[in-house]
Amino acid sequence: MKTSRLSLWIFLSPVLMWLVLLIVLPHLDLFIMSFRAKDEYGRMGFSLQNYVHFFEEPIYWLTFVRTAVYSVITTFFTFLLAMPVAFYIVKVVRPKYKGFLMVLLLLPFWVSELVRVYGWMILLRESGVVNFFLLKLGIVDAPLKMLYTDATMIMGLVYTSMLFMVVPVISVLESLDDSLIEAASDLGGSKISIWREIILPHCKPGITSGAIVVFMLSLGNYLTPNLMGGKNSLWFTEQIYNQFIASFNWNQGAAFGFLLLLLSSGIIWAGLKLSRVKLGEVAS
Amino acid sequence: MIRTLPNSRAYTWSFHVFVILYFVFLFAPLLVTCVLAFNDSNFPSLPWNGGTLDWFFSPGPQRVGIFHDAQNLRSILVSFQTAVIVSVLCVVVGTCAAFAFEQETFPFKNLLYFLMLAPLVIPGVILGISQLLGATTAGMFFETHFDLDIAIFRPSFWLVVLGQFSFITTFVALVVSARLRKFDRSLEEAALNLGATRFQVIRFITLRFLRPAIIGAGAVAFLMSFENFNTTLFLVGSQPTLPINLYLQVRDGSTPVINAISFLLIVGTSCLALVNLYFSRKEA
Repeated sequence: MKTSRLSLWIFLSPVLMWLVLLIVLPHLDLFIMSFRAKDEYGRMGFSLQNYVHFFEEPIYWLTFVRTAVYSVITTFFTFLLAMPVAFYIVKVVRPKYKGFLMVLLLLPFWVSELVRVYGWMILLRESGVVNFFLLKLGIVDAPLKMLYTDATMIMGLVYTSMLFMVVPVISVLESLDDSLIEAASDLGGSKISIWREIILPHCKPGITSGAIVVFMLSLGNYLTPNLMGGKNSLWFTEQIYNQFIASFNWNQGAAFGFLLLLLSSGIIWAGLKLSRVKLGEVAS
Repeated sequence: MIRTLPNSRAYTWSFHVFVILYFVFLFAPLLVTCVLAFNDSNFPSLPWNGGTLDWFFSPGPQRVGIFHDAQNLRSILVSFQTAVIVSVLCVVVGTCAAFAFEQETFPFKNLLYFLMLAPLVIPGVILGISQLLGATTAGMFFETHFDLDIAIFRPSFWLVVLGQFSFITTFVALVVSARLRKFDRSLEEAALNLGATRFQVIRFITLRFLRPAIIGAGAVAFLMSFENFNTTLFLVGSQPTLPINLYLQVRDGSTPVINAISFLLIVGTSCLALVNLYFSRKEA
């Protein structure tokens, strides 16, 4: 078919404006800003000071490392929880309930993250609903401190990003032919070996794309660590926020932002390389 | 193991129980939030003191219900306006992007496609700060070179719109592209042979075919914009959107008014989700 140049330009020009003005230039600016700092005379100029500062202050790089490690832990627990749920919906439950369960599964994730975190807060805080029942039933004598701990924060992160693991795993499980599992079972394969040899290898692309999205969302999350984490579970996004809004040190904040961007792209790149999945496949 | 194989009773039942517990985990925070919106108490916690609609309709002065709470109502309006503008912009540019990448050929197509996917892997906080930096730099540029003070480049309503637009467009483009890929291009050729112009073809044939995807993507874009927190946090000016406003209230302590707003949000998004699901079922 003959393509007219006019239609190409009509389609492409808004797209180019979007990508250049709102994606490329701002991130270039972020990169440049992170290398600028005031020298001893108070003049702005090129400097590595923002990055040096990051490595010299333990609180900064410790927060960075903690954010990365906790995001990995979150991704792992999300996978542990999502895998059986997805398996149940696709392979175990009677097909007539499947549609209903899928709707039920997706529904909470349409609701704003803030509302979900708020729900956990009124459940778990010391005057919260869970403690009310625990006290009432005489299981504990004094309210338990459940909110503002690392474990609760990780649970919150798992809860928040659950969907992005369950959905891709469900879609790969649907393409797994039941007869493979039946054959393995007939030939005497144990449950463990069926999981290890058949189900998990088949699900690898889904698990990878799920893990990438969950990891990225946890790394960049601000609400959940801020509202559910304690004093000692500072998240790196909170450091960025502090630099930008509280200290008004945008250059330092830009350096932090760039480091976080580097970390998330690095891990995503490694994940894609290890599993040989393309970015476009993760997206779809 | 799976439903076509004989399973032990214990296996099946423990799986059922596990999934039931999972759904309790999924819905508990939302349910508790909704129920406590109707509790006749000044704090969103148990014990249950009987039902009330005060947190929705009470005009004050002790209890101010959501429908008399000017600040929260204003933030809902701001969110609504933002979401409408963002979703329209995203649908227009996203559809253009889908056409450009699916139907046209042009130099650097792969590079641009990669750039289009980039917002998927950039954490929202980073998008927020780079938009803020980019806009500030642009504002300074116009001020020093043209002596123009352009309000849009300062944290404001329009900067929030731009920031959200910058990444939601990617989602719209992916959804519309997926639908466009299923389009039978011989229909276009037939129309062209019968004497239609390229734009008539797009208007009467291709866009009509894409309509369910465009409506669905528009609804998702609306919701993503309405609920966005991470990016908006850095761009918001004197007009906070609902998530920002709620966040400030949750951080500083909570009243059941937040539960009332959450209840309305949960009901609203669930309806939107079900409608969207209904249409996507019909399409499939």
